[in-house]
Amino acid sequence: MELQINGTTYPVESEADTPLLWVIRDELGLTGTKYGCGIAQCGACSVLVDGQVMRSCVTPVAGVAGKQITTIEGVEDDAVGKRVVAAWVEHQVPQCGYCQSGQVMAATSLLKQTPRPSEEQIAASMTNLCRCGTYNAISAAVHDLAGGGPSAKAMQASTNEGRARS
Amino acid sequence: MSELKNPSPAVETFPTGEQPTNISRRHFLLASAGITAGAFVLGFGLPVGRARARGGASADAPDIRVPAFLEIRPDNSVRLQSPFNEGGQGVFTAMAQIVGEELDADPATFLVENAPTGKQYTITANGMRITGGSMSVRFGYEPMRRLGALARMMMLQAGARRLGVPVDELTTEPGKVVHAASGRSMSYGEIAPQALDLAVPDPDSVKLKDPKQFRWIGQPVKRLDVYDKSTGRAQYTIDTKVDGMLQAAVQHAPRLGMTVGGIRNEEKLKAMKGVHSVHRLDGAVAVVAERWWNAKQAAEAAQVDWIEPKPDPTARHMPSDFSTRAFRERLAKEPGDGQTAESEGHLATAMKQAHTVVSATYSSQYVHHAQMEPPSTLAHFHDDGKLEIWLPNQAPDMFLADIAKRAKIDPDKIILHSPMLGGFFGRHFLYGPGNPYMQAIHLAKKTGRPIKLIWSREEEFLRDPMRPMAVVRFRGGLDADGMPVALEAISATEGPGEALANKRPKKVDDSAVEGLTGKVYAIPNRRIAQLYVKTPAMLSYWRSVGHSMNDFFYETFLDELADKGGKDPYELRLKLLEGNPRLTHLLEQLADLAGGWKRGPFTAADGTRRARGVAMASPFGSQAAVMAEVSIQKGQVRVHDIWQAIDPGSIVNPAIIDAQVAGAASLGLSEVLQEEAVYEHGMPKARNYDMYTILPPDRMPRVHVRIVQSGAKMGGIGEPPLPATPPAVANAVSHLTGQRIRSMPLSQYDFGA
Repeated sequence: MELQINGTTYPVESEADTPLLWVIRDELGLTGTKYGCGIAQCGACSVLVDGQVMRSCVTPVAGVAGKQITTIEGVEDDAVGKRVVAAWVEHQVPQCGYCQSGQVMAATSLLKQTPRPSEEQIAASMTNLCRCGTYNAISAAVHDLAGGGPSAKAMQASTNEGRARS
Repeated sequence: MSELKNPSPAVETFPTGEQPTNISRRHFLLASAGITAGAFVLGFGLPVGRARARGGASADAPDIRVPAFLEIRPDNSVRLQSPFNEGGQGVFTAMAQIVGEELDADPATFLVENAPTGKQYTITANGMRITGGSMSVRFGYEPMRRLGALARMMMLQAGARRLGVPVDELTTEPGKVVHAASGRSMSYGEIAPQALDLAVPDPDSVKLKDPKQFRWIGQPVKRLDVYDKSTGRAQYTIDTKVDGMLQAAVQHAPRLGMTVGGIRNEEKLKAMKGVHSVHRLDGAVAVVAERWWNAKQAAEAAQVDWIEPKPDPTARHMPSDFSTRAFRERLAKEPGDGQTAESEGHLATAMKQAHTVVSATYSSQYVHHAQMEPPSTLAHFHDDGKLEIWLPNQAPDMFLADIAKRAKIDPDKIILHSPMLGGFFGRHFLYGPGNPYMQAIHLAKKTGRPIKLIWSREEEFLRDPMRPMAVVRFRGGLDADGMPVALEAISATEGPGEALANKRPKKVDDSAVEGLTGKVYAIPNRRIAQLYVKTPAMLSYWRSVGHSMNDFFYETFLDELADKGGKDPYELRLKLLEGNPRLTHLLEQLADLAGGWKRGPFTAADGTRRARGVAMASPFGSQAAVMAEVSIQKGQVRVHDIWQAIDPGSIVNPAIIDAQVAGAASLGLSEVLQEEAVYEHGMPKARNYDMYTILPPDRMPRVHVRIVQSGAKMGGIGEPPLPATPPAVANAVSHLTGQRIRSMPLSQYDFGA
């Protein structure tokens, strides 16, 4: 079996019913995607499959072979994803950060499908859990994005941050 | 945690009698700790006999215990070893602000890491290095400022040498030394090589900045870890990996104390895909596999005969007849007046003379930490016998000592790493069978391979030690005017401190009663007591510890007294704070923030009927006041707004405080609205987030924060915004519905449609 992840083709040995999450984390070593609950309750494992957010902890790997998978490691290669990261930095969203890969992927999916989501669409899409209580910061970042943000200055700041921290 | 929260005042100089040392020339040592050549390195002391060159392909453990507190690199970046771990509370950024302020270096140029073990990093006066008790900033403030100031002075001295001018002609601008007279300047990184041989000045010789000149302290400096955490780059224990590593999963005994009798399908488990081996542990069966998913599948499939423990009054065993409901009833009926924790005036006389006496019983629930990162540990025995271990912890040296003792390993042969925490809230202290590291160490020994053990969410909720449950019997005496003149609270509970010691201390466990004790209201006659009742459940510290439930009890009962006495609860609090300008001001600031106090019920613009509640708390050296506005929608409490005025005396980063208030409010809301760990037949009913629900995004209210800097001694920030939140909500709900709220969570009440 082969997987297309972040534009790269990976041969995969795991059995067909292995959750995508564990293939990504253990077999391929992409640990940005997190394990939180294993039963699609928390959303820490969110990835994009053909641009749609999926909870990879309950997604059998065989079902996504041949599809375009995006994980948090590749999110900035996507124009929308890059904006989402910049908004997260601008609004200083994360606290412990453990759920934030999933939150960023959920927001990226929403904005790719619906560039100007309504209040209701945001609430319906941004359902991932956060124990640190960053919900209002997430909401502020997504509303900024829904309004066409973040600013060019914030985009630049995030890019600079990425360079400085890499 | 009383001894952790109330240490003697922060030291003015440096810890454990050691003075900072310039260790820049210790090349071998520094290279093994990943320090850049040519960097200026300020540290404390030096480990004896550890400086040795490292071969390229050695399988020996690297020695990370280099006391390189602060490193100024040739590229002008600053690397700081933080004594406190980052788990979302923003402490790495705060440490960079504090050191950067005195060093005169932009916090954005800092790379902050969690310091290795070693007494050099114990910088607080209580001699313990823990990330907890909301202590990091308030107790790290002085020593970290002094560290920065020393380094700045050395940069000036090195600059004087390099530029050939007297040191008093030099000054600094962020990241550089400036000679105004000649218009010359040089970056710290350029000067660093001149500082490699300088002696460190006497710490008492440096003058700290006048706070009026602060450039970064007090500012909403951007967090250093936000980009990494927004792009999946942050590394937690669960993400760690070493060559040759196997992974492990466990199935815990359904009740603590049970042991493994037999594994009925052991051969079948061993034959399962990817399985390396099956192991019997103390109270658990473990499966080791190349990949964790395979290990988990097999661990879950294990058919284990569990053996009941023999009766042992000294052990915490979970009996099969334990239920939280029955235990709550027992707490409520437990005879006795308890042991006095705080007493003032003449309670008996005051009660006798009171115009009205109000009696009521309040209760709380067990709650889980439910941090998003499930616990894990990576244990690796090197060829030289050293154990290298990665594990989530809030107290690295305490964990190292515990491992040394329980695994019988020389402390010098343990290299302990403390990765960033995926949430903690008190989860990562020493909890015996509530931590996975002993299992991981055992498996690494048995297999001869590095082992990463991850507890599934289900196994975590089975062994997560919980915030205690309590039942509090109140009596309040009102005078003829309806003012409270006497108050008695007897809490039937076991505190986390005595639970972890597994014995009753001579004096009352402060972590059991804090929040009933230490209240600031002028009620002249009072008695606060604990009625110790041991529970079989594993107990723990949970964000704001005893305050997380005790301020709920006290502040909701205070509203009950206000109603009985015909007083407005806000006005009553102001009255009881007369002569206390700091708290009067705080409460007035809260009302101002909320657009005034209006208890309601009133009809909001959207047509909903709403009410407000107010509550206060004095936790961890800070003062907090909260107002909540609620309505009932479809039988469920809807919290619309939380306003919080908080006074930690003085601050380092207002943006991080805003975030901590929102976060603590969210946890407090989750606790008061919906959380409860229920046990039946000795087992938890909920093993994952489907049944143990935590606050979801659509229940998060707006949170408005006002920081008040009274100038009082600096208090904590991680925990203090929590305790006043639950009672503010409950008080609003009591008033709105006419149904007196006396226990958490509110989901157990029926509020109609």
